[in-house]
Amino acid sequence: MAMIKVRIPTPLQKLTKDKDVVECSAGNVKDLVDNLEKTYPGLKDRLCDENGKIRRFLNIYVNDEDIRFLKMDQTPLKNGDEVSIIPAIAGGQKHKTHPGGVLIR
Amino acid sequence: MSFVKGLKCRECGRPYPKEALYVCEYCFGSLEVVYNYEKIKEALTRSQIESRPKNLWRYRELLPIDGKPTDGLTSGFTPLIEAKNLSKALGVKELYIKDDSTNHPTLSFKDRVVAVALSKAKEFGFDTVACASTGNLANSVASQAAAARLKSYIFIPADLEMGKVVGTLIYKPNLVAVEGNYDEVNKLCSEVATKYRWAFVNINIRPYYAEGSKTYGYEIVEQLGWKAPKHIIVPCAGGSLITKIWKAINEFKKIGLIDHGHTKIYAAQADGCAPIVKAIKENSDIIKPVKPHTIAKSLAIGNPADGYYAVGTVKESGGSADSVTDDEIVEAIKLLAETEGIFTETAGGVTLGVAKKLIEKGKIPKDESIVISITGNGLKTQEAVIDRIGKGIKIKPTLKDFEEKMRR
Repeated sequence: MAMIKVRIPTPLQKLTKDKDVVECSAGNVKDLVDNLEKTYPGLKDRLCDENGKIRRFLNIYVNDEDIRFLKMDQTPLKNGDEVSIIPAIAGGQKHKTHPGGVLIR
Repeated sequence: MSFVKGLKCRECGRPYPKEALYVCEYCFGSLEVVYNYEKIKEALTRSQIESRPKNLWRYRELLPIDGKPTDGLTSGFTPLIEAKNLSKALGVKELYIKDDSTNHPTLSFKDRVVAVALSKAKEFGFDTVACASTGNLANSVASQAAAARLKSYIFIPADLEMGKVVGTLIYKPNLVAVEGNYDEVNKLCSEVATKYRWAFVNINIRPYYAEGSKTYGYEIVEQLGWKAPKHIIVPCAGGSLITKIWKAINEFKKIGLIDHGHTKIYAAQADGCAPIVKAIKENSDIIKPVKPHTIAKSLAIGNPADGYYAVGTVKESGGSADSVTDDEIVEAIKLLAETEGIFTETAGGVTLGVAKKLIEKGKIPKDESIVISITGNGLKTQEAVIDRIGKGIKIKPTLKDFEEKMRR
């Protein structure tokens, strides 16, 4: 199966042992989610709603193309493809606040 | 005094503290400000609001700042015009234009959201503000940041109308013209926002920023004599304004400033970028992003951040949605100018064009109160109409030539 490079948004990096990029084999996006779950338990629940569909505020890009323009979670993946998981309205960073109330990273 | 309790996820309801947070860490839904309406109900009356200066901060208790407002002190409270000529042209009885093409300082409804965003950004201690914009927001952030002595970074699609580019650059922001459409600009900004400690008004300040749009709705109700209209037609880009107008009416009801909010809300988009309208018409659960092709560049957001809530608003209120062609947009811009003397931008053409269509189709009844949301100024999008408005009659400076040319 094809090896895929997956970019993980910060809020989910707790589940990927703090890695922002992971490698995973998969034939399509749905496969990818299932295979990621095997290596990083709990990840699928964050990526998919209770019906197993990709959450509606999560955008998934295959080589920078939104999968809603492709074949949704049936979008095929091939060796060397890059998948980015990006919250729809967010860069997905982890916020910390210091006592002054100013954000730091 | 603050009436803000905190933030909560609009999707799963998880609570968050009132910080510069904007996305639910669990389900990636957007966050929304939670108010203490009980306390607001005690604190705020109609006469109190009426006694205050005519700007958007007259509804301060319903806006998400903790201290005193610092920005946009002259923004908002734009005219609500009874449009008698236009109502005749459309064959309806009671028609109003809520005219934010005259908003201060940059002639669009975005001056409202930026007023709130900058006040909030200062409370958080930011010294730099930023935004991803289709133009109007760029103008407003650049202008208000200049006045507030804040640094600004403005990201726009590189192909914007000249008026919007000039109307940004003049305030000397850091203007970044991105080779791509708005959705690509927005995606880039999401990444930039994770790296730089800036107040991106429509990204990490978004829960607060978006609340500013409610003042458009509050004003309509107050200006109608504390009465909600039966129908409001609203242009949709990211889908935030339409949800906030609906929220405004419901909040006024909740705190007892009006008895009922029976308003139906209608979404207006251009044919060349109508993901929200399409989802409403097809009763679809997903909003499929589109690649925009329309002269209404300020509405050219193919992947609307608040699309689901916009769809929800229209459905919940019992309204509907429609879209218009570029040609209908220009015709509507001209109609508004020729009947009411108001020159709106392409987004206004979309809104009036759709209103006209919905009235003709019988979706909006002709004998009930209708408000058309005019959110921007036509001087910023002159390219859209320049070839469709004829030319002045050129003459020699003589009476003879004048009379000869006028006879033709």
